Amino acid sequence: MSDVILEMRNITKTFPGVKALDNVSFRVRRGEIHALVGENGAGKSTLMKVLSGVYPYGTYEGQIFFEGRECRFHNISESEKVGLVIIHQELALVPFLSIAENLFLGNERAQNGIIHWNEAIAQAKELLARVGLHESPQTLITDIGVGKQQLVEIAKALAKRVKLLILDEPTASLNESDSDKLLSLLLQLKAQGISSILISHKLNEVSKVADSITILRDGTTIETIDCHTEHVDEDRIIRGMVGRDLTHRFPPRDVKIGDVIFEVRDWNVYHPLHEDRKVSNNVNLYVRQGEVVGIAGLMGAGRTELAMSLFGHSYGVRISGKVLKYGKEIDVSTIDKAIQNGIAYVTEDRKSYGLVLIKPIKDNITLTNLSAVSVGGVLNEPREVRTAMGYRERLNIKCSSIMQEVLNLSGGNQQKVVLSKWLFAEPEILILDEPTRGIDVGAKYEIYTIINHLAEEGKAVILISSELPEILGMCDRIYIMRDGKIIGEMLARDASQESIMKCIMTQ
Amino acid sequence: MKTLLALLRNNLREYGMLIALVVIMVFFQFATNGILLRPVNITNLVLQNSYVIVMALGMLLIIVSGWIDLSVGSVAAFVGAVAAVLMVKLGVHWSLTMLICLLVGALIGAWQGFWVAYVKIPAFIVTLAGMLIFRGLTLLILQGEAVGPFPVPFQRLSTGFIPDVFNIEGFHLTTMLIGIFVVIVWVFFDYRARKNQQNYGFEVVPMYLFIAKHILIAVAVLGLSYLMASYKGLPNVLIVMAVLITLFAFISSQTVLGRRIYAMGGNEKAARLSGVNTSKLLFMTFVNMGVLAALAGMIVAARLNTATPKAGTGFELDVIAACFIGGASASGGIGTVIGAVVGAFVIGVMNNGMSILGIGIDWQQAIKGFVLLMAVFFDVYNKNKG
Repeated sequence: MSDVILEMRNITKTFPGVKALDNVSFRVRRGEIHALVGENGAGKSTLMKVLSGVYPYGTYEGQIFFEGRECRFHNISESEKVGLVIIHQELALVPFLSIAENLFLGNERAQNGIIHWNEAIAQAKELLARVGLHESPQTLITDIGVGKQQLVEIAKALAKRVKLLILDEPTASLNESDSDKLLSLLLQLKAQGISSILISHKLNEVSKVADSITILRDGTTIETIDCHTEHVDEDRIIRGMVGRDLTHRFPPRDVKIGDVIFEVRDWNVYHPLHEDRKVSNNVNLYVRQGEVVGIAGLMGAGRTELAMSLFGHSYGVRISGKVLKYGKEIDVSTIDKAIQNGIAYVTEDRKSYGLVLIKPIKDNITLTNLSAVSVGGVLNEPREVRTAMGYRERLNIKCSSIMQEVLNLSGGNQQKVVLSKWLFAEPEILILDEPTRGIDVGAKYEIYTIINHLAEEGKAVILISSELPEILGMCDRIYIMRDGKIIGEMLARDASQESIMKCIMTQ
Repeated sequence: MKTLLALLRNNLREYGMLIALVVIMVFFQFATNGILLRPVNITNLVLQNSYVIVMALGMLLIIVSGWIDLSVGSVAAFVGAVAAVLMVKLGVHWSLTMLICLLVGALIGAWQGFWVAYVKIPAFIVTLAGMLIFRGLTLLILQGEAVGPFPVPFQRLSTGFIPDVFNIEGFHLTTMLIGIFVVIVWVFFDYRARKNQQNYGFEVVPMYLFIAKHILIAVAVLGLSYLMASYKGLPNVLIVMAVLITLFAFISSQTVLGRRIYAMGGNEKAARLSGVNTSKLLFMTFVNMGVLAALAGMIVAARLNTATPKAGTGFELDVIAACFIGGASASGGIGTVIGAVVGAFVIGVMNNGMSILGIGIDWQQAIKGFVLLMAVFFDVYNKNKG
């Protein structure tokens, strides 16, 4: 067993109401690059958080052995002490400190609290050379690109004498050449005896560098493939990732599709901070009356950014392109105008963007259309109360009263409040962004039923979802997005999880 | 009795400060051997605190929006100075002067609102700058001197009383009648609201408590009216205050505008994505604050009958403290107009009572600071428990 550096045995982690990890076992050999793959929500990040002590010992079941010894980490610094360093997708660097300051943050080269800058900078130079980054240690983090920041993170891990490096989607925000550089660095580190766990959605990268691949699905280990004894191609991995039965059930719908209501032409959007980065790249799409259209893609594909830019330019800069309703161009340059033109956008993050949590259900529901419950700017309370009560009944919002603060509602009921508020705005086009994220199966079914009703009423629905079964079960037609581009379009009845995944991964 | 206790527990925050105010008043009434509630002192109390209350109305909306305005003292001083220069040095008519001053206040509010709402500079910084800018400009236009006195009609804004149509010697009957009228209207509207809520099946307070509450209101309002009637009647400034309080209480709780301000303060992003033009709304909130600060500035100048370079120093602290004592949340979205008014009276009564007792300004400051901290602690404690 001496060649095994890490073994996680029978790990089970439960969140209130959800089993995120179910009896997962995972083993990494010394000096290998071990890829961990799976769909969004398969449990990869949770597993790594258990490993690194973000979820401390005692909050999960199972055992962790590192270099043959059982480990019980209570926080990240304990796991780092034994040489286990995790680099998250969102980099943990302080932007206005220099590279050297960041390298030794929390690990300062100091005596009695006084930092030896000369020693720190000398060591920083050494570390930067090891990761192939040719920058002065005094450069501020904010002045270097994401690719280089990623290298700083790795150098920081080296400063902590890392033995097992965990990278969570390291190349998600990198361009091709930076990605290649990073991957060859991983191979170099491997030659120096440093093992790594690579979490990635990019299967071409995985099959290029990985020695073994473990596939997670729905919180369980499906299989571990040894790349040296078996030929591995992307199809092989995809089959493992999605090969589940359709356990969710979707209510049936009378499909009556009419004319095109909503159309987007040549839509281009740039990132608000990095103004040369396109987040929507020449997007063209349309939705018909009574149609539910899905947008599939992985996290970071630009789906939310596209939706928000269409909804009153609430994301992005230098937006260009046309939005048409019934063939006529409409103005969506402010949120107010977008709402006036019958567009509603249900956000992915209902707590930060969808609800005023400290306010009652009633106030939240009527906020999008206060003019309908007021006369000359004065609120008509009876009318407002009647409206809120109507939605409470129609969408089956479970609450003690419509005066209850939404803060105390369950996720599913909060989502119903968000839907109510947008239904009250009487839209014709609804963009639903991950409408069932983080809510339980029963409430999901209710949300699906509401979506079906809307489509049956002749509204156009755009459904953004990372759950492929949901997209396949709910939609009539599917667009597939990647890197801000629509890279595919299929009819739901011709599509399968495999075909969508393949489109995303190989295009 | 059980319902009463439960009711008190559930509405501790709402009634807590009101009860605290009553306790403080009773305490000073005894400590000052009855001076506190003498007609002349009650009238003084109102005159002394009118500017704090006027500004607290605007400040509350700013705090509910999630921001703060540190400049109101300087703005009030500046507008007072503008009024003085216009009337005393340039001989402009007092009514035109008042109009110009309100406009100046609106422009100052627009200036600060522009930086906060459109350029997105934190209000703390913008209004800290405003505090210095307008203090400096006050000194500049007054050339470092006190300017006065003002025409009598202007002084009446602060020191005048409403005329009595009945002319009874020693008793201002009009004042008493207005008091009675206010009680009737108050009870009528509350009763209607209660009935409305019942119609929607909401829980309402039991009838005997409803009656008890309104008897207390009647006693307070009529008592106050009686005290004032036996002195010189209602001060003009009290009428201005009462109208503004009613107006702002109405705007904040019953209008689309008010609802949007609370939504913006509760979650700016969610409000914006619901179609609320948050930048414009925030801008207007600052314009409103500017106008009210201007009014307060004129009230102060009229009361002192001079505009001085030092006028209004530290007002912002009393005004902000009033809002927080009244239950407003520093993170926005929570707070009531009535709470801020009660908060302003808590501070006002303490100022007045401690002055009568001859407590020095040193201790007054320390005690006020402590009361502010305790009031907010009380809030936080209640929240964590609930």
